[in-house]
Parts: sequence; structure tokens; C-alpha cells
Amino acid sequence: MRLALREVALGMRRAPLLGMLSVTTIAFSLFAFGLFSLVALNIREALRAVESQVEIRAFVADSTSVDDVGRAMEDVATYREVERVEYVSPDQALERARQDLGEFKDVFDSAFLPGSIDIRLRDGFRDPATVKSVADRLRAFPIIEDVRYGEEWVSKLHRIRTVATVAGVTLGLAFAAVAVIVIGATIRMAVLARGPEISIMRMVGATDSFIRRPFLIDGFLKGIAGGLLALLLTWLASVLITRTFIQTEFFDATLAASGVVGGALIGLLGSAFSVNRHLRLVR
Amino acid sequence: MIRFASVFKEYPRTGLALSDVSFTVQKGEFVFLTGPSGAGKSTILKLIYLDEFPSKGDVWIAGARSRQVKRREVPLLRRKLGVVFQDFRLLDDRTVEANVGFALEVTGVPRDRIPPKVSRLLTQVGLASKATAYPRELSGGEQQRVAIARALVNDPMVLVADEPTGNLDERATRSVFQLLRDINALGTAVIMATHDLDVVRRADLRVLEINRGQVAFDSADDSRAGTRDAS
Ligand SMILES: Nc1ncnc2c1ncn2[C@@H]1O[C@H](COP(=O)(O)OP(=O)(O)OP(=O)(O)O)[C@@H](O)[C@H]1O
Ligand SMILES: [Mg+2]
Repeated sequence: MRLALREVALGMRRAPLLGMLSVTTIAFSLFAFGLFSLVALNIREALRAVESQVEIRAFVADSTSVDDVGRAMEDVATYREVERVEYVSPDQALERARQDLGEFKDVFDSAFLPGSIDIRLRDGFRDPATVKSVADRLRAFPIIEDVRYGEEWVSKLHRIRTVATVAGVTLGLAFAAVAVIVIGATIRMAVLARGPEISIMRMVGATDSFIRRPFLIDGFLKGIAGGLLALLLTWLASVLITRTFIQTEFFDATLAASGVVGGALIGLLGSAFSVNRHLRLVR
Repeated sequence: MIRFASVFKEYPRTGLALSDVSFTVQKGEFVFLTGPSGAGKSTILKLIYLDEFPSKGDVWIAGARSRQVKRREVPLLRRKLGVVFQDFRLLDDRTVEANVGFALEVTGVPRDRIPPKVSRLLTQVGLASKATAYPRELSGGEQQRVAIARALVNDPMVLVADEPTGNLDERATRSVFQLLRDINALGTAVIMATHDLDVVRRADLRVLEINRGQVAFDSADDSRAGTRDAS
């Protein structure tokens, strides 16, 4: 282990630029992941806030009897997605509209507003697909004339989140691939620089895993450094966004730690991927 | 201990380097490998330290049969051998003791056991006083002694030397050869490829002569020994 660490230090001194390039590309890879995860995370928070308010409002036809409304409500209350069902009479609707609209309340004096059944869905059933399926079932009731819910922006937020995730994963993977290539080049150089040493190690009976170890440790450490750098960059980005746009949440400890672990994995796997191939160059 | 049984060795581009080579080396023996350039001496040694494998036939080393040796077993078998080359192959950026210690370190010897072993080995090869020198500060003969000390770190049962005196003048040749004989006297078998027929003649030791990839003469083989004596 000490020997391996000494080799790592030697390698850093031998090719500091290439080493830094490895760290930087790993950092960029994780930064891309991190930035878009940040977007996804914050959108998820926003969605949670929005979705907790999602109500489906089913407008009842004008001449519907109270009994029919009651029966429909009982029926709807048995849906497993539904948390609460509430009837809003035309009078209540008018009252509500007046409150909401303040100074324009006189406009509604003589206006007609239909009564509605307002439905709140349970937590976990507030995604666009479920909301739509419940709305569709409501439309099937003969007494229901129209169903409204915040369909546009809920699905818009979901779409933004999907785009952010796909973009983050794609960019992150691209940078990860570059990182692996750079690590490969670093290892190739190190292997060639240490050629005589490696052939002596082989000659005196050092095992392959022993010869490989310093390269793997090197990649691992660079990966951790890259992960930490990415975390720093992502944190700076989130601070910047909070200052200039909107309040953003940062990753919790688990997510942050998994970023660093991800860096270590890229470094380790990148090294493992190329070390055998390059060690074969030396006899 | 080492046995070649009808060994053939074919290289990809140069063709057949050994054909039907058979011989046995006993524990504690000293064997010269002689023959013209390109005869196949180095190839035989490479087969012994498992740098190459036979194309046909078997090489047996310390009870292991070449065709059954797995890749990851090679390092462990190599620890039973010591290897020395004409060009010493020392690490220039390390002192004499670091060069010897390196071989111990990379075979997993505990750190505290390394310095005493290194100084014991350097004493054995007569270089205790040069422990902190760098290879470039030593004569060729001294450098070869360092290489021999390094080859002995694992207490090998056989020392394989490919023209160990090829780069040395006559005096250095003699002293390095004497060192090999001393090591042999302590029970380590030595297989030494050489062009130096003076050394071979003066010493009354087993000679295995290789020519065009075949054993042309083996002084341990009584049926053919006579022809050699007459020549
Ligand atoms: N790695 C290799 N690849 C291909 N051919 C090889 C290789 N090593 C040796 N040979 C061939 O095998 C034959 C024997 O070579 P070898 O090195 O064993 O001879 P040698 O007896 O040691 O010669 P010298 O006395 O010059 O060292 C030669 O014809 C050589 O060209
Ligand atoms: Mg040779």
C-alpha cells in the first residue's frame, strides 16, 4: 500500500497536467450530472408543492337534482386515488369567485356559475397520468358537463424534469467517456515511463494484481478529487441560482456522497479498463 | 527439478527456435549452456523462467508442468527462480540497497524484514560497502553482483543467468563466475548461458551445448560425452 501510494505521488509529479486533466474531466462529468440533478430535484420540490394543491373540478349540469349529485359523490369517494370529495354549490362558487377577484366582484352579481364537485387526490396519485384517468372517469358521468384540472402546467413541469434528466445523463455520460479516455492515456504514459520497473517486478515474481494496484489507487484518488470538485462546482451553481433566480435546494448528504462515490467509480473503472491492456505492452 | 521433455518452440515470425530438446537439471547442479549465436540458449532460459511456453512438449519446473501453469501462478513460480541478464537491468534512479530491497518489497515481504535481508545479500555478493551507491557509480562487475543479489532475494532453488559475464572484462568475469560458484556451493542450482569458452573449459562442470535449436552435446549424457572429450 505504501509502495502504491509512493508510485501515485511519483506519477503526479511525472505528469501533473495529464493528472489534472483526468480530475477535471471526471469533475465535469459529475458536474453535468449534478447540475441537471439539481434542476430535477428542484422541479420535484416544485411539483410536490403544486401537486399537493391539485384539485379536479367537475362541473355539474344545471338541472341536476341534489340526490344525483350525492350519488355521484359517493361513487367518486370510493376511487382509491381520491382523498376528499366536496360539493360546491353555485352560490358558494359565486362567493368564492368574489373573494378571489376582489374589486371585480360586482361583475358576478348577476352572472351564473355552475355548481361543481371538487376532488382532491391522495398523495402519490397526483401525477399527470393518474389525474387524467380520474378526470376521464368523471367525464363519463351524465351529470358532469365539464372537468378541469391544472393539466397544462403539471405536465409541463414533468416534461422539463424529463428533459433535464435526459440532458444530464447524456452530458454526464459523454464526459465520463472522455474521462475514461484521458485516464487511459495517463495510464499508458505511466506504464511506459515505468516500463523497466514493471519488467523487473515481473521478473522477480510480483503478482499482476500487485503491479496493477498503484494504477487503480491512482484512478480512485483522482476520481474522489474529481467528485469533490464537481460537488463544489454544483454547490456554487446552486448558490448562484439562488441569488439571481429562485431559491434552490442543494443535495442532501446522501446525494452529495453518492456524487463523490460516482467519481471514485469512474476513476477506478476507467483505470481498470485500460491498465491490463497497457501493462501488456511491457514485458 | 527442471526437466525439458521433447520441447519444441516456434516463434511467430522467426520459426522454429527449439526442436525436440530434452534434458534434466538436478537440484544443486551447475550447468553451462553453450552454442553459437541464435542457437536457442536464451529461449531455453525463457522457457525456464516462464517468460515463454513450449509450442510442443513439456517443461517441468519445481513439479509444475508448463502446460498446466495458469497465468496467475507464474509469479509464484518465478519466486522459486532467480534471473540474471547480460545487461544487469538495475533501476538507475535507485541505490544499490533500494534495487535489492525493491524485489523484496514487490513480492510482499514485510517491511521490517527487508533491511536485514538486503544487507545480508549485499554482504554475500561482497558489496556491503556500496549499499548507498547508485548503479552508474559502480563497475560492470559490481552492477552484476547487485543483480545477482537481487536474484537471490527469494532464496531461489535455481539461478538462471543469460550471459552474465557478456559485458564484463576478464577479471570481472572471473569474480562474477566465482560468485556464482559460491552460490552454487550453498545448494542453489545455476544454469548459465555463455559464450566464454575459457570459463567453460577451466571449470569442470556440466556443459549443455545447443546448436540450431537442438541439444548437440550434454556432458552429463555418458553416451555422447566421449565424442566431446576427443575434440
Ligand atoms: N521473442 C522472439 N520472437 C521471435 N523470434 C525469437 C525471439 N527470441 C528469439 N527468437 C529467435 O529464436 C532463435 C534463437 O534465439 P535465442 O535468443 O534463443 O538464441 P541464443 O542462443 O540466445 O543466441 P545468442 O547467443 O546470440 O544470445 C533465433 O533465431 C531468434 O531469431
Ligand atoms: Mg541469448
